[in-house]
Amino acid sequence: MNEIADPGSIDRPNSYIGKSVPRPNVKKLVEGRGQYVDDIVLPRMVHVALVRSSLAHARITGIDGADALDVPGVLAVFTGGDLAAHCAPWVGVLAHLKGMKSAPQRPLPIDRATWVGEALAAVVAETRAIAEDGAARVRVSYETLPAAVDMGTALEAGTAIIHPELGDNLCFERVNETGNVEQAFAAAHKVVEATFHTARHTGVTLEPRSILADYNRASGKLTVYHSTQAPHMMQGVFAKHLGLPEGDVRVICADVGGSYGIKVHVYPDEVAVAAIAKIMGRPVKFIADRLESFSSDIHARDHRIKGRMAVDANGRITAIDIDDLTGIGPYSVYPRTSAVEGNQVVSLVGGPYDFANYHAKTAVVFQNKTPTSQYRAVGHPIATAITEGLVDLAAEAVGLDPVEFRRRNLMADGTYPRTSAAGLKFEGLSHIASLDKLLAMMDYAALRSEQERLRGEGIHRGIGLAAFIELTNPSPFMYGIGGARISAQDGCTVRIDPDGSVVAATGVTEQGQGTEAIMRQIVAEGVGVPIEQVRVVTGDTLTTPYGGGTWACRGTGIGGEAALQSAIAVKGAVLAIAGAMLQAQPETLDLTNGEIVERGTGRARMPLAELARIVYFRGDTLPADLPRELIQTRHFITKQYPFAFTNGIQASYLELDVETGLVKLLKHWCVEDCGRVINPLLVDEQVRGGIVQGIGAALYEECPYSSDGQVLVGSMADYLVPMAAEMPDIEVGHVETPTRESLLGAKGAGEAGTAGAPAAIMNAINDALRPLRAKVLAQPFTPERILAALGKV
Amino acid sequence: MKAPPLSYVRAATLSEAFQLWRDAGPDARLLAGGQSLLATLAFRLSDPGTLVDIVRLHELRGISQVGGTTIRVGALATHAELGRHDLIRRHLPLIAEAVPLIAHAAVRNRGTIGGSLAFADPAAELPACCVALDAMIVARNAADERRIPAAQFFTGLYATALRPYELIAAVEFPIAKPGERTAVLELARRSGDYAMAGVAAKTRLAGATLIEPQLVFFGVGDRPVVAERAMATISGQQALPATIAAAQAALAADLDPPADRHGSGRTKRHFARVLLARALARLAGLDEARAA
Repeated sequence: MNEIADPGSIDRPNSYIGKSVPRPNVKKLVEGRGQYVDDIVLPRMVHVALVRSSLAHARITGIDGADALDVPGVLAVFTGGDLAAHCAPWVGVLAHLKGMKSAPQRPLPIDRATWVGEALAAVVAETRAIAEDGAARVRVSYETLPAAVDMGTALEAGTAIIHPELGDNLCFERVNETGNVEQAFAAAHKVVEATFHTARHTGVTLEPRSILADYNRASGKLTVYHSTQAPHMMQGVFAKHLGLPEGDVRVICADVGGSYGIKVHVYPDEVAVAAIAKIMGRPVKFIADRLESFSSDIHARDHRIKGRMAVDANGRITAIDIDDLTGIGPYSVYPRTSAVEGNQVVSLVGGPYDFANYHAKTAVVFQNKTPTSQYRAVGHPIATAITEGLVDLAAEAVGLDPVEFRRRNLMADGTYPRTSAAGLKFEGLSHIASLDKLLAMMDYAALRSEQERLRGEGIHRGIGLAAFIELTNPSPFMYGIGGARISAQDGCTVRIDPDGSVVAATGVTEQGQGTEAIMRQIVAEGVGVPIEQVRVVTGDTLTTPYGGGTWACRGTGIGGEAALQSAIAVKGAVLAIAGAMLQAQPETLDLTNGEIVERGTGRARMPLAELARIVYFRGDTLPADLPRELIQTRHFITKQYPFAFTNGIQASYLELDVETGLVKLLKHWCVEDCGRVINPLLVDEQVRGGIVQGIGAALYEECPYSSDGQVLVGSMADYLVPMAAEMPDIEVGHVETPTRESLLGAKGAGEAGTAGAPAAIMNAINDALRPLRAKVLAQPFTPERILAALGKV
Repeated sequence: MKAPPLSYVRAATLSEAFQLWRDAGPDARLLAGGQSLLATLAFRLSDPGTLVDIVRLHELRGISQVGGTTIRVGALATHAELGRHDLIRRHLPLIAEAVPLIAHAAVRNRGTIGGSLAFADPAAELPACCVALDAMIVARNAADERRIPAAQFFTGLYATALRPYELIAAVEFPIAKPGERTAVLELARRSGDYAMAGVAAKTRLAGATLIEPQLVFFGVGDRPVVAERAMATISGQQALPATIAAAQAALAADLDPPADRHGSGRTKRHFARVLLARALARLAGLDEARAA
């Protein structure tokens, strides 16, 4: 296994795996020639604007659209009642998350609004502007209901129960336990404890959520142009809930302008658009604007976590105990649910470390806020912040440098396969090698002495570390076993056309991260053609093999292996035909650089295009019984491990202005091990982009709410995203431990940056604050919070 | 969101602008760069009915020296023009220093000084600078012209002393006198953001003594706030630690900042105290002395 593309073969023709090959779609995108949903204009197309709830919890006593219908160009106003007969409700639960519950949700609610921003009515008009004119004239009458806003009181008696039929506001609860935690704490040399908060925030995609649904009454077919990460999943959802055969639904996602997990969910307003298209028999477009995105895109990371760690006299961790509480809004999001984040937290805490006793509990509660669900690095940044925050506190408590403390406690290299205290199965990780590489990259000793010297001058710098693990290449254990029609396998079809060019159609999708570039590299190398001859097709349920799409860092590891295997199969087919034509044994031939060559000598025998010409146009000249299938499809699914875990470690170096509480990021480092690196440039940019999103969580991003459930951010002026001017240089290094589950050996790399960055920043800030006897544990670490910790405000 | 339905007219001359404005009615808004107005339209926060575009009026352009004591800046001077104009750099260093703090390059290329002053955002840099520099706002209507001291121009949140059908034609700044020092400082979480708090400061120095110091804060009230008590505390004094501390204490009575998304009034007052000390260090040359 894993013999392909060893580094020694780097200069072989068509050895693209492992090289920073440019992305085929990048020129199109930078020239503005991409095709996003809003670029698509269809005959008879109409536009939707949504009337959204202005209250966190209210009975809807009436929706009056008469004035809206008076606006010239407004065609229809739909309420939840209007759509009920056309669309079946859904419940966002997974069977393997024991005891989980949620309430039926509809595209538009019928009688009750449960969060500020929930779509209540849809106005359809000839243009979006007219639809907004109409929406402004729709009158919704409410009867205000008590709202459950604060997750801390969601389960208390006296708090409104959002769905009375569920009995309480508890969505899901899980305890993950190993060993004897109480005994370990009782016997501990030192115990540290802290309460952490991660802030409710969201993923801000450059292209907002977008959908254009076109129902053709003549053919009975629904075509949905959709900005989504999972077209096949959405095909099933539209079919099931609109009552159509799955084969009559086609989902097309051309270019997608960023997703980060935001676009892998079923949004009620988008299902409403599809239902309206079916009712009206016209193409219906909805493009979320930035204002409504802040209250209707999923939020994430709204957690309060109490944690404690027990350490022995040798500075070894003996136990971790955490108590996690998270508020997820009024419904669990369909079909992935809103319980996975909390479930990940109780699985991932302590993940990099070798210790025996573990107790972790999560309580997932309903509240009247925007629903939360999976967003880039689901649960990881939370678990890493808790773990690494406790690790630094423990190192301080036992008087060890944070590096030495980690070295003593990280799982040792060469001890795999093994299972973590939380029950995760690791095939092979490289924590110590990664730590060593990080320390060399950052020159840790020199930084520490610089920090010490500057402290003498009143300059407060901090160094923070964060080791992490990342879940990638998920098997059906993530969703499939819970009953969700979310594919863990993926397929790829590779074909050779008459001119010798290659087309690869894959079930994984491209959202701007370079999936198509990766597939092109793999297929070009697997078949043996120049990369320029390969075209990649993604994002169309009618023309690509059934697959899961791109999420949970599965594109390269799962989709890439399917692409490699189908490419190898096509090459085999080519060589069999070539053998017949050249009267040679296929094993004596090879295909490189688009030429059939003699294996060993490399002597050219025939161009691939000539072989294809004969297959397609002069098949009469070939032996009658010769198979000539220049198209092959292979599928791949992981079988031995539920997930392919990766690992890594990050470091942040920053300067803190102790008068203003402002943090200046000086430098950031990350060493990560995603197995085989297919394209170093794209992996590094994934890591950097992920780190920047993690920096956003640590310093800037938050969706705050008033006590009555009003979301207090509405624009990019209120919701601060990380911007280029404040970002530090980010240096990325790699250790490669390929997975042996696939020939390719690739694991995922898209979430590692986000997983570790907030913890590294938190630890660096607290390192700067340590001489001042202050610390911050609530994200984002705003100037005001840092000043409060310093006792200055 | 899409802007509400509105009419757009573009004036070729100043007199035509006043005529078009009259025709459109008092709710119509002047478009003088549009860097704030267009955003409020896109949010449907304002519904002016008609936009009267004055951006091409050459009468409102130009930066020139008038006599030996005044720089006249046409209302349509963009922030970018202010930042690079030789007269501004030479005679109004406070303005030149403020320009890079205003939003981002794209905004500075279109946003105008007249637009900024008329919009009167309390967190904006230029209103506070105009107050600190004792600028005169030249206001015009169809018939007349009058001069309003900047300190009286800002009357509240997004509110000014302009009357109906009156626009800003120009801003007149006294040229910096010999020995005058200025500084503008602000605290923002990201470069280009509106400041959490900021200060525009000016003084003359007689030796190390601060003469007629001006401290005008922004982002801490409903308009630029002149810190009268703090100014009185340092006037005629040297910027010694005890004096600075006394001035910081005096800010308690000068400022009553409302809470915003960056923090409580208490936090914003803390920011103002830090800015005051840093501004005085700049004005008195203490930071240069330390660097030397």
